[in-house]
Amino acid sequence: MSWRRLWAMMLKEFIQLRRDRLTFAMMVGIPIMQLLMFGYAINTDPKHLNTVLVVYDQGRLTRSLAQALQNSGYFQIVNNDANAQVAADMLANGEAQFVLTIPANFERDLIRGGYPSLLLEADAADPAATGNAIASLQSLIQSALRHDLNGALGYLAPPTHSFELRIHRLYNPEGITQYNIVPGLMGVILTMTMIMMTALGITREVEQGTMENLLATPIKPLEVMIGKIAPYILIGYVQVAVILLMARILFNVPFVGSLGLLLFSVMVFIFANLTIGITISSTVRNQTQAMQMSFFFLLPSILLSGFMFPFRGMPHWAQIIGEVLPNTHFLRLVRGIMLKGNGWQEAWPHLLPLCVFILVVLLIGIKKFRKTLD
Amino acid sequence: MSSSSEYAIEVANLTKRFGDKVVVDQLSMQVRKGEIYGFLGPNGSGKTTSIRMMCGLLTPDGGTGQTLGLDILSQAADIKREVGYMTQRFGLYSDLSIRENLDFVARVYAMDQRKQRVNTALERLGLVARQQQLAGSLSGGWKQRLALAAALLHQPQLLLLDEPTAGVDPQARRDFWEQIHQLATEGITILVSTHYMDEAERCHRLSYIAYGRLLATGTPQELIEQSGLQTWTVSGAALSELSKQLLALSAVDMHTQFGNALHISGKDPQALAQALQPFQIAYPHYQWSEGQPTLEDVFIYLMQQATDNFQTAGKT
Repeated sequence: MSWRRLWAMMLKEFIQLRRDRLTFAMMVGIPIMQLLMFGYAINTDPKHLNTVLVVYDQGRLTRSLAQALQNSGYFQIVNNDANAQVAADMLANGEAQFVLTIPANFERDLIRGGYPSLLLEADAADPAATGNAIASLQSLIQSALRHDLNGALGYLAPPTHSFELRIHRLYNPEGITQYNIVPGLMGVILTMTMIMMTALGITREVEQGTMENLLATPIKPLEVMIGKIAPYILIGYVQVAVILLMARILFNVPFVGSLGLLLFSVMVFIFANLTIGITISSTVRNQTQAMQMSFFFLLPSILLSGFMFPFRGMPHWAQIIGEVLPNTHFLRLVRGIMLKGNGWQEAWPHLLPLCVFILVVLLIGIKKFRKTLD
Repeated sequence: MSSSSEYAIEVANLTKRFGDKVVVDQLSMQVRKGEIYGFLGPNGSGKTTSIRMMCGLLTPDGGTGQTLGLDILSQAADIKREVGYMTQRFGLYSDLSIRENLDFVARVYAMDQRKQRVNTALERLGLVARQQQLAGSLSGGWKQRLALAAALLHQPQLLLLDEPTAGVDPQARRDFWEQIHQLATEGITILVSTHYMDEAERCHRLSYIAYGRLLATGTPQELIEQSGLQTWTVSGAALSELSKQLLALSAVDMHTQFGNALHISGKDPQALAQALQPFQIAYPHYQWSEGQPTLEDVFIYLMQQATDNFQTAGKT
C-alpha cells in the first residue's frame, strides 16, 4: 500500500466528481428532496378526515356528538345532513372517509334505556388512513355523552372505569411521524447513494477501459478500490450533516444521544454499503446493470428494514431477511441514539451484526473483484 | 534489473485459458532489445491476451517468460513499473484535462519532479496551449498521441502497443510510426500489434498468430520467403470471371482480389506457371506478371492454412 498512489487515485476521483456536476448535485439534492417529501408529506397519523353525518334524529345529543367529532381533530364534518344514498356515494368515490348514521329516535331510545346503535362506516381500504380515527371514536363518544347525560339522566352516562390506565408514549409523546421518519431517512439515503456510487464508479472504470490502463501501472487493485471509495465516505458524511441540520431546523427532531456515537455508527454503516457496492461492481458487466442491482438491494432496505412499516408487524421470514440488511440495524442505531439517547451499551448489539456483514461481504467482494481482473 | 540478456521479451510455451477456451496456446517468442516487433493476427487470435501476460497484467496458466529480465509469473509488479503499455481502447480519463491525466499517471508512478516531467511531455506533444482541454474532446489521432505520451512518461525501456492506430487517420498514423521509429533509435524496444499490412512492413521483425498459436515469425522478407509462395499478378478490368476459373485450378492455393488486380498464389511455382499458361493466351488483354507475394498474400495464406488445421484438429 502506497500513500502516494492512493492519494493520486483520490485526487483523480475528486476532480472527476467536481466535473460531474449532476452527480454532485444529486448527492446533496437527493437528501434534501427526500427529507422535504418524507418530512412534510408523510403522516402516519392522519387528521381532519372527511366525515358525513346521516341524521334521522335532530336532537341535543346529535349536536353534541357532531361537536365532539369535530373537536377531536380526526373528523372533519363536510355534510351534517346527508341522505343515506348520497353518503354511500361519497364513501364509494372517496369524497368522505367516514359516514356516521344516527338512527331515528336515538335520543328517545337512549333515555328509555333501549340501547340504540350508532353506525360508523369507514373507508378501510387503507387501514392506516382510518385506524387511529376509529380507535379514538369509542372514548370520544362516551365522554361527549357523559357531558349531556347529567342530573336525572346521570344513570345513563357511560360508567367511568374503576381504575385508571396511564399511557406514557415514550421518546415521541406526541406521536410525530417526522421523529421516526427523518432519522430513518439517514439510513435510506446513505444506502442509496453509497451503494450506487461505488457500484457505478468501479463499473465505469471497467466499462470505459480505464481500469485496464490503471492495472498496467504499479497501482494495486486494493489501492484502486480504496482510492475510489474514500471520497464517497466524505460525501456520506456531508449527507449526514445535511440531514441532521434539516432535522433540527425544519422538523425539530430531538437529538438526545451522543453525536460521536452516531458518527461512528455512520462510519460502520457506510463501510457496510461500500462493500455491497464493490460486490455489485464485480458481478455486473456495465453501468446499467450496476444501477439495476443497486435498486434490487435498495428495495428491501426500504421496505423490510422497518423504515416505512413497523418491523415487528412483518411475518417471521421477512423479519429474518430484515435482520440481514444493514439498514435495519442502522435504523435501530440512529433512532435509538437520536430519540432514546442510547449509548454504547445499547448500540453494540446492532453494531456487531453490521461488522459481521462487512466482513462476509468484503470477503465475497474481494474474491470476485480478483476474478474480474483476470 | 538484469540487462545482460539480448532479449527484452522472452516467453516459452505461454498458455492462457478462459473457461475451457484456450486463448493463447503454447506461445513462444523472443523480442530483441531495441527492435520494433510486429504482432499480427486476426481479431480474437490472442494478441491482446499475450501482450497482457507479457506486461504482468494477466497470469499465464502455463509456460514461462521474462520481460526485461523479470519473471512474468513472480515479478509482475516490477514489470509494470518498467514497461509502458498502451491499451487498445483509449485508457485515459475523458473527463480529466490533458494535464490532469498526465499528472495522474506521474503520481501513480510516484515520479520525482512531476511538474517538470509533465511540462516536458506537454511540450513534446505540442499540447501546452491546450493542456486544460478535456481529453475526451480530442480527436482520435490526438487521443492516441496523448496515450503514447502517458505510456512514455515514466521512461520505460519497453513499450507494448496494442493496436495503437485503430481508428486513426492516415496522416496521424504516419506521424505515429515516425515517432515509433524515433523511439526505437533511442533504444526503446517496441512490441506493436496491428491489422495494417503497411504497418507490418515497417517492423523489424514480425510474428503472425491465429487461434492463439504462433504460425510464423521472422523479418517481413523472411516471412515472404518462408511461405514458399509464388504469386502471379493479373491486372485489368472486370476480373471476376477469370478469377472464378482460376480458383478452380488445383495449382492455385490462394487468390486475392484487389480493385483492378488479382493475386494468384501457389506453393508449386512450376505447376502454377503451367496451369496459368492457357489463360495467358486466352486473355491477352490482361497484364500478367510473376513475382513474390506481398505480406498480405502471405498472411491470408497462413490464415487459410490455420483455419484448415484448426478445423481438422477440432474434428479428431
